[in-house]
Amino acid sequence: MSTDTTISQRPTPPSYEVPKVIRFGALAVGFLVLVLFPLVFNNPTISTIGVFAMIFLMAVTGWNIFSGYTGYIALGHAVFFGIGQYATAMLASYWQIPPGWETFLLIPVSMFLAGLAAIPIGLIVLRVRKHTFIVLTIALMFIFQLFAYNLRGWTGGSQGLEVSQPPWDGSIFNLPYYYVGLFLAIVAIISSFMIRRSKFGLSLLAIRDDEDRARSLGINTRNSKLTAFVISAIFLGAAGCMYAMFVGSVYPQFSFDPAFDLELSIMAFAGGLGTILGPSLGALIISGAQQYFLITFGGANVFLIVYGALFILILRLLPGGVVPAISDKWRSHVVRKEQRILDSELEGPAEAGAHK
Amino acid sequence: MTLLGVEGIVKNYGGIQALRNCTMNFQEGAINGLIGPNGSGKTTLFNVMTGYETPDSGKVTFRGKDITNSTPDEVFAAGIGRTFQLTRIFPRLTVIENVHIAAQRKGLVAQMRQWSQPDERARALESLDFVGLTKLSREPAGSLSYGQQKLLEFAFIMVAEPKVMLLDEPAGGVNPTLLKHLGGRIKELNKTGVTFIIVEHDMEFVMGICDQVSVMHQGSALIEGKPEIVRNDPAVLEAYLGTDMTEVN
Amino acid sequence: MLTLSGVFAGYGGGDILRGVDLTVEKGSITCVVGPNGAGKSTLLKVVSGLLAPRLGSVTFQGESIAGKSPQAILKGGIVQVMQARSLFPDLTVRENIELGAFLINDQKIVQQRFNEILDQFPMVKDRLKDKAGSLSGGQQRTVEFARALMLDPALVVLDEPSMGLEPKAAAAMYGYVRQMREQGRTVLLVEQNVRAGLGLATHGVVLEAGRVRLTGTGKEILENPQMKVLYLGGSTQQEDA
Repeated sequence: MSTDTTISQRPTPPSYEVPKVIRFGALAVGFLVLVLFPLVFNNPTISTIGVFAMIFLMAVTGWNIFSGYTGYIALGHAVFFGIGQYATAMLASYWQIPPGWETFLLIPVSMFLAGLAAIPIGLIVLRVRKHTFIVLTIALMFIFQLFAYNLRGWTGGSQGLEVSQPPWDGSIFNLPYYYVGLFLAIVAIISSFMIRRSKFGLSLLAIRDDEDRARSLGINTRNSKLTAFVISAIFLGAAGCMYAMFVGSVYPQFSFDPAFDLELSIMAFAGGLGTILGPSLGALIISGAQQYFLITFGGANVFLIVYGALFILILRLLPGGVVPAISDKWRSHVVRKEQRILDSELEGPAEAGAHK
Repeated sequence: MTLLGVEGIVKNYGGIQALRNCTMNFQEGAINGLIGPNGSGKTTLFNVMTGYETPDSGKVTFRGKDITNSTPDEVFAAGIGRTFQLTRIFPRLTVIENVHIAAQRKGLVAQMRQWSQPDERARALESLDFVGLTKLSREPAGSLSYGQQKLLEFAFIMVAEPKVMLLDEPAGGVNPTLLKHLGGRIKELNKTGVTFIIVEHDMEFVMGICDQVSVMHQGSALIEGKPEIVRNDPAVLEAYLGTDMTEVN
Repeated sequence: MLTLSGVFAGYGGGDILRGVDLTVEKGSITCVVGPNGAGKSTLLKVVSGLLAPRLGSVTFQGESIAGKSPQAILKGGIVQVMQARSLFPDLTVRENIELGAFLINDQKIVQQRFNEILDQFPMVKDRLKDKAGSLSGGQQRTVEFARALMLDPALVVLDEPSMGLEPKAAAAMYGYVRQMREQGRTVLLVEQNVRAGLGLATHGVVLEAGRVRLTGTGKEILENPQMKVLYLGGSTQQEDA
């Protein structure tokens, strides 16, 4: 039976998606910029900003795979960042890995350990719903911080641990870290993209919108949430490893840092929570700005004020984040174009029979 | 034969007794109607039957099996799907994504493949086409009008292909002509063996489509029987329909 | 009383209303019907100020109201009762009704109106102290009506007043609508229960794809053969049973 006339017969709305050409173009340009960045800006100070940007990029993208897609805002993912750092420092000395390229082999190890840890942790924290969940993750993070301080034999306590720095020349020191970081960030983004495209990703978004409704349509929400949780932990473990190697020292307050998750969430929100590229954009902008202000205004803590002001500005002008703002602008543009066409058609000969 | 039954269900909220020793049986293969005044407990009964709420006492059985304490996903896995009085769709996802969520896939590997597979897409589009929402496939579901959201919910429940469909006020806010088509579809699906339990206030719709009608009043069952019998029962008229059952004119 | 002319309006994703021309006569009960997605709720939102039209004019009692804030329109004498339940569930029935007069500062007037309204809606009297969330659907709707009248509006806008209500309660709502007209108010309503809605109404409007297809008396529209088949559910008899 045809329902042609029973639902309102409007013309099909036009596609509001930004055309593929523009999207791929922008991605290609972005990729080139990132690849060429440290080569063009030869200065080690600047490329340091780049390394940190890459670390945050993979961390935020990973964080978004869980928190952005499921809507469970995790504020304790620093646990996996810290596990990545400590695992790297401890294994580097235990396995007596010579500083240099071999240390990079600890990346997959850190990822594995972080992922492994995420299973029991996930099983605990995911038993509760959204608001209790946030508090639980914060509590867990502080517990790990306490472990780090107190298990002195393993973690060096408040003295921390060292990761020996490779004997590379100052002018190119940052480059390996930058490019490995970029590679990992790209892996994270591709993973995010593939998840979003899959049935699994759709399940996560359904959980975000209405978890019980998702359950009543056959989605195993417990498994879905846990899987996303573990995947995001893996990328945070990678970020922790990179951080430990690059900075060279691991301390409890910087590994299990309450502010870390806040930074991640700010970056994700600023770029567009739950989008594929939004968190990356947010990471680039915010961590770039953060580092830049730190260097320029540094010691006086003025940088915090500037940084805060920047953040408020972003939220005010682009409330959903950068990527949704771009989508909205494009949508308005398409809508206005349609309206102009329709309005000019109507100005033609009067429509007969529009009403009695 | 009873497919889905409740026995002695009691459910209280604070001081209010929503369900009072409620016992009812819904027939397999039939289109069962569930009617009654607002506040008589119909939606609460649905919630209890589908695992969204647990009763204070009493039993819910499905094919003889006790499902009283089952969760929503267990109830769905058993083959029972439902719609909600205040539609529950996924507002930030597009219309077509909403329908695809209901398409079932087995196996871990299958979950990782793209959500838009040709056979699922064909079923999704057929379902959307039936309710007339095809043109809006790419719109976020939250931007649909109330009636359109109701239709979307019906569409994705169809795609989920449950053996039993619990519909909570499917006619509310739906245009009469379209409602006729929905009624036709319900009858078609029923012929293929799907059991329905429909809560509704639209008497013309209920009487025209249901094989069996159960009437609820103040939290428990008042009467169950064929539509013509129920419609003329004095207690039902008193409690619910008013002495004049025709529309106000 | 109310005139819409060439109104285009939407929610940012393209126009829902595409050139609406409509007149609502003073003292009438005007019922808008049409398929799902036609723009009926959107039309009501333009009238009550919740949505500003992109193009076109809306005049009420001679004054332009297009684009005015909801508060200004409320003060001007138009009140809408929404489709969804809109009472504050944790406040009492009395508090909910009194909130209807939020814009009035003179407490004496508020109390006076309140007492008048209690006389009009006797069922509400017994439940004044109860939390609004504990009332049944029909009772909540009645409270919403009572609340709407606290501002003594000249035009009452109702979005599917009988939706989700049992037959007895729906009949009671229609009784209240007639009462409003008897008080000299004009009523503009949307109804999917077209037989009841157009039967109740003095004037009917068929809206489809954002435009007005047909206007006339309720009876004329209900009996128009084309409209019947297209939008109104076919014949009113069981011809095609």
